[in-house]
Amino acid sequence: MTEPHKPLPDLPPPVATVGVLGWLRRHLFSSPLNAALTLLALYMLYLIIPPVIEWAFLKADWQGASRDDCVSGGACWVFIRIRLDQFLYGFYPEAERWRVNAALLLPVLVAIPLFISGFPRKLWLGALLLLVYPVIAFYLLTGGVLGLPAVETSQWGGLMLTLVISGVGMTAALPLGILLALGRRSQMPVIRALCVTFIEFWRGVPLITVLFMSSVMLPLFLPEGVNFDKLLRALIGVALFESAYMAEVVRGGLQAIPKGQYEAAMALGLGYWRMTGLVILPQALKLVIPGIVNTFIALFKDTTLVIIIGLFDLLAIVQNAATDPNWLGLAIEGYVFAALVFWLFCFTMSRYSQALEQRLHTGHKR
Amino acid sequence: MAQAQHGVTPARPPFWNDPNVRAIAFQVIALIGVVAFGWYLFDNTQTNLRQRGIATGFGFLSSPSGFGIIQHLIPYSESASYGRVFWVGLLNTLLVAGLGVVFATLLGFIIGIARLSKNWLVARLATVYIEVFRNIPLLLQIFFWYFAVLRAVPSPRQSLSLGDTVFLNIRGLYLPKPVFEPGFWATPVALLAAVVAVFLLRRWAHRRQKTTGKPFHTGYASLALLLGLPALAFAATGFPLSWDYPELQGFNFRGGIAVIPELAALVTALSIYTAAFIAEIVRAGIQAVSHGQTEAAYSLGLRPGLTLRLVIIPQALRVIIPPLTSQYLNLTKNSSLAAAIAYPDLVSVFAGTVLNQTGQAIEVIAITMAVYLTISLLISLFMNWYNRRVALVER
Repeated sequence: MTEPHKPLPDLPPPVATVGVLGWLRRHLFSSPLNAALTLLALYMLYLIIPPVIEWAFLKADWQGASRDDCVSGGACWVFIRIRLDQFLYGFYPEAERWRVNAALLLPVLVAIPLFISGFPRKLWLGALLLLVYPVIAFYLLTGGVLGLPAVETSQWGGLMLTLVISGVGMTAALPLGILLALGRRSQMPVIRALCVTFIEFWRGVPLITVLFMSSVMLPLFLPEGVNFDKLLRALIGVALFESAYMAEVVRGGLQAIPKGQYEAAMALGLGYWRMTGLVILPQALKLVIPGIVNTFIALFKDTTLVIIIGLFDLLAIVQNAATDPNWLGLAIEGYVFAALVFWLFCFTMSRYSQALEQRLHTGHKR
Repeated sequence: MAQAQHGVTPARPPFWNDPNVRAIAFQVIALIGVVAFGWYLFDNTQTNLRQRGIATGFGFLSSPSGFGIIQHLIPYSESASYGRVFWVGLLNTLLVAGLGVVFATLLGFIIGIARLSKNWLVARLATVYIEVFRNIPLLLQIFFWYFAVLRAVPSPRQSLSLGDTVFLNIRGLYLPKPVFEPGFWATPVALLAAVVAVFLLRRWAHRRQKTTGKPFHTGYASLALLLGLPALAFAATGFPLSWDYPELQGFNFRGGIAVIPELAALVTALSIYTAAFIAEIVRAGIQAVSHGQTEAAYSLGLRPGLTLRLVIIPQALRVIIPPLTSQYLNLTKNSSLAAAIAYPDLVSVFAGTVLNQTGQAIEVIAITMAVYLTISLLISLFMNWYNRRVALVER
């Protein structure tokens, strides 16, 4: 009788291919070139990171009340702390700042249920947000009714103004953009030509010239006596500019809808507006939500340009504070703070748009 | 009875329900609306201009400007006309855009490829770069480079220098300037001849391989031609090139090429910002070529270098080029942010200073917008032409 064959136990894999060592070898030192690149990258990090940490945290000053309290040679965060209210609200009267907070919190509270799947009456909530909220926010911020003292728009500023411009720009640009996109795909040559001209014109010029135009040319276009507020002029410029970009995004969605959908809707006897509103747009807009969010991110970053026509958004107010004789030489701290705020907003939105893209993509996978 | 039914033509809908009539009516209404609105604006403008006593027409372009411009690529003085100011501004805009396009493309391609690297650290660093720089407003970056970096460098006497040839101080960046001496023309001519020779050589090699099957490797031969011919010409004419180095004289540098800090800040910020977008485009383009293409090329016996050159890159470029050109267009339009740091570009000197001096807002803004529209039109024409050329030929 022969012994049943018993294989020897497996040898452990070579040390260099598993565990931390294996990971390092595979991902950082797989070839001489890669090893060199890794070392170069490590050296760059060594050059950048320790000084930055030392400047921003280890040697930074956090407590104090004036420039003289910044003695340790690192970042002077005292500056940001003292000016924070101004950076957020601009020159909005201190006693009235709760109104800004309320106007910003309200949509967030109403919007939260929109993100919870299965919440009833979402359509109503959305309509509330789009139609009723702007009116409430307008009266909250400008005042002059119900015993709220009026606040001139020239006192608005800081992050609040950035949010107002981007929010209003977006809300106005979306419907306008949808109409333009529909017009561009229309069968009627005159309508199509008008829409194409409008879109290509606004897309071809830089936002700065548009802002220049709205601030110096708009007063010439209007009849005697009609005078627009500076902020309103900027808003008109931003909305028109952004609607052209929005139109191109929406057009992308419209083009992705197969012809069969149109034909099926027509076969059911739907007219143009019902076909568009009930069949085409719901599908097309769903496809381009990431594109819309990206346009919004671009708009959010572009709001900084209003500094050119003398409005004080977040960047402008930081820039202004850095030229204050009491706080000279602290521009870097101001820029870092503003960059951090903008970055947080934009990065969150872009991540959200990416997540949304993945979630919405499922319906079209076969 | 059946006959009667056949004879009846279906009742025509009333004319207001006829789609064709409706379409025409809508268009006529839209056209009338737009024309009326335009006329309303035009009329208001006429009245306003008359009441405010603002001159109209383009006559102002030939009147003298009376202000100086710190950087001009063509001769310019304070007595030059507003029309001259326009050209100075336009050339400055094109200079920023051109430099920005070159640097942004280089940086963008490097970072985009680094993001796909198998090296974990390099890929992560590239991702961090992209996520940081594309989510911070461009204007903030320009301010950072201009006010926080270039306004904080030392005065000319304590300049930062690189091997005593490149100097950086608060007045700007100073680079050595090439000085071409007579006889230098031979070198570029030789280079041109080398390019023609390489072209002919490759055609000959291609024909030989087709007819006889014997390959001829043109790589080293082309390299030798391209480097050797100009070098020979350069040596034969007695090295007719010298460098004019910037030198500290008194309080400032003389000689060399002086790059004003506004230009340096603008080009740096524009390149870094746009490179983040270009990197994403490059990554997407390379990833759009399916891995099956690489495998198919390998199974045909192509080596990795050839696979990259003949299979991957041509297909990736088809995806990359259209969004890339639109990034170039964005960069050109973004260069108008120069106005914020007073770099004398078109918007800053023409739509800024000239507009303030003459008050002729309509003409000035119209000219400025027309320039940008022309540039964007030219770029989109190029893009359409390119798209047609590289579009997949489907059977």
